[in-house]
Amino acid sequence: MPPLLEVRALHTEFRTGAGLVRAVDGISYTVEPGETVAIVGESGSGKSVSALSILRLIPDPPGRITNGEILFDGKDLRRLTEPEMREIRGRDIGMVFQEPMTSLNPVLTIGRQITETLEQHQGVDRAAADRRAIELLELVGIADPARRLKQYPHQLSGGMRQRVMIAVALACNPKLIIADEPTTALDVTIQAQILELMKTLARRFNVAQIIITHNLGVVARYAARVNVMYAGRIVESGPADAIYHAPRHPYTMALLRSVPRLDRPRQARLDPVDGQPPDLTRLDGGCAFRPRCRFAVERCGQEQPALEPVEGGHLAACFRSTELLASQDVAA
Amino acid sequence: MNGEAIPAPLLPTPLLEVRQLAMHFPISEGIVLNRKIGEVKAVDGVDFTINRGETLGLVGESGCGKTTTGRCILRLERPTAGQILFDGRDVNRMERQELTALRRRVQVIFQDPYSSLNPRMKVGDIIGEPIKVHGVERDPRRRRDRVRELLSVCGLDPKFTDRYPHEMSGGQRQRVGIARALALDPEFIVCDEAVSALDVSIQAQVINLLEDLRERFGLTYLFIAHDLSVVRHLCQRVAVMYLGRIVEMADSDELFDNPLHPYTQALLSAVPVPDPRIEAARAFRPPRGEVPSPINPPSGCVFHPRCPMAVDGCKQARPVLRELRPRHWVACSEVN
Repeated sequence: MPPLLEVRALHTEFRTGAGLVRAVDGISYTVEPGETVAIVGESGSGKSVSALSILRLIPDPPGRITNGEILFDGKDLRRLTEPEMREIRGRDIGMVFQEPMTSLNPVLTIGRQITETLEQHQGVDRAAADRRAIELLELVGIADPARRLKQYPHQLSGGMRQRVMIAVALACNPKLIIADEPTTALDVTIQAQILELMKTLARRFNVAQIIITHNLGVVARYAARVNVMYAGRIVESGPADAIYHAPRHPYTMALLRSVPRLDRPRQARLDPVDGQPPDLTRLDGGCAFRPRCRFAVERCGQEQPALEPVEGGHLAACFRSTELLASQDVAA
Repeated sequence: MNGEAIPAPLLPTPLLEVRQLAMHFPISEGIVLNRKIGEVKAVDGVDFTINRGETLGLVGESGCGKTTTGRCILRLERPTAGQILFDGRDVNRMERQELTALRRRVQVIFQDPYSSLNPRMKVGDIIGEPIKVHGVERDPRRRRDRVRELLSVCGLDPKFTDRYPHEMSGGQRQRVGIARALALDPEFIVCDEAVSALDVSIQAQVINLLEDLRERFGLTYLFIAHDLSVVRHLCQRVAVMYLGRIVEMADSDELFDNPLHPYTQALLSAVPVPDPRIEAARAFRPPRGEVPSPINPPSGCVFHPRCPMAVDGCKQARPVLRELRPRHWVACSEVN
């Protein structure tokens, strides 16, 4: 069976005052039907841009997808017309963004935001759409759905709004949900509720998910496979267990070592990733992580390492990844 | 700040004492006839002390009152009730001269390194301004030397004096905010979500810096944060707040290894750990419901509507903080 989504050598650029930024610089990955894949990275790593590129929601100008293929369910999304793309968004691919206050329309009732999607994509009448909206709100754990349907986004708490976003995303039985930092703006107990809800519903309806986040704990709890991004590229990719227990890229290793852990007693000092985040307007032909890397050699300054298999489905983009195998299990 | 380590005193002495602190903000209605129609009980009877050289973590979710508590200590708010004693003196009774001295001794580091630095000022002027305003160093050349020293103490190249904040990364900006807080040789620093806006790889650098500075200059911190992992690492003692009250307080490792209050337990179980094997083995039940409004907080124990252990009595009597184990305080009538 072919993957549900296959991204091949995707490139997205932005023209900025400071110069050309290759926000997404040739990334490739797949998502199988029903699978949860995480894209993890820090600010500016390109994780959000890569998701918006799949949905073709990059504002042009200043941004542009310059190369690559986005194969979704047998179609190359880059070749679709805008009206065809609009059919895919919200119907086959649901979206959940970080800020439910800005991604919900403030002047439409909760009910209307859901029924609009249903009427647009499924051509159902108003009464049927209303019934389905109540069903969806119940599904995402909103009490008293008939009353909530008539309310506006500002009358709901942040957690409730994110539940509504999930209801909208699920409305047309999508095959894939892209969730971009879905819980970053929420408190930790609400974050836990929302993520558990997404997990339960994704399993129940066999929806694949791409979770984009900077939170290594969220990834560990929910993702089967992980793509680690740095400076627009995927530097490491593989099953979650391999990424956390046998990382093969120095950035992944350094990142895991640097996080303070809730489940461990206080240590003397943290072991941070050295240096500053990369300036995307000033990248050269070498590995972008090189200035911060403890393992860098001369070759790292001359060419960019390709993302290559190191073991089974585990890939790393580092010239020294085979040597790093012997290094300690950083997560244990 | 002459670079010498200040020896830790043998007996802990409280530098800050907060007694029955309450901050109720009025809610009013009408423009001409402005009437008070209610109040938000942001902080509602909070007690704690911080000893010299200690770091106390104040944790809780949005709206629990942790930031308001910090603002009262900084005297940016006038509390409705209670006392804040800094080095034995009530900060709300201080007259002008004493208050000026307090402003030197107590400093703050804010969350957002983007909005807490004036974008029109050069880094050197941002850090030098408190030194100038307080008349600590009137000679411009010596002031400039001092700014360069502060930059290097905070791990920045002294050449940054001539840069503007927008030319720096988030981590570098936060170091500028820390250098500014250190400029007047303070004893006590309120860190309000000081590392929350930073990326993981930069966060660890700044946490290490804060620890180094505490040791080097004998600083005392109130560390306000929502990220429990960071708090466990950085703080010796931790107080957990919920709806304006402290529900549990203990030494850091004790609190995180043996949480006793049902809210603390729920909070800790909600935090995912960066290890898929541990996560797969964890029994996980997120706490139900959401935090109620501080305008009409629940009666008795404010956590009772969400609490799995609640009994009828919890709706009536407000539980007081009791020392259930040595140095481990819990405000719950059902835990023993």
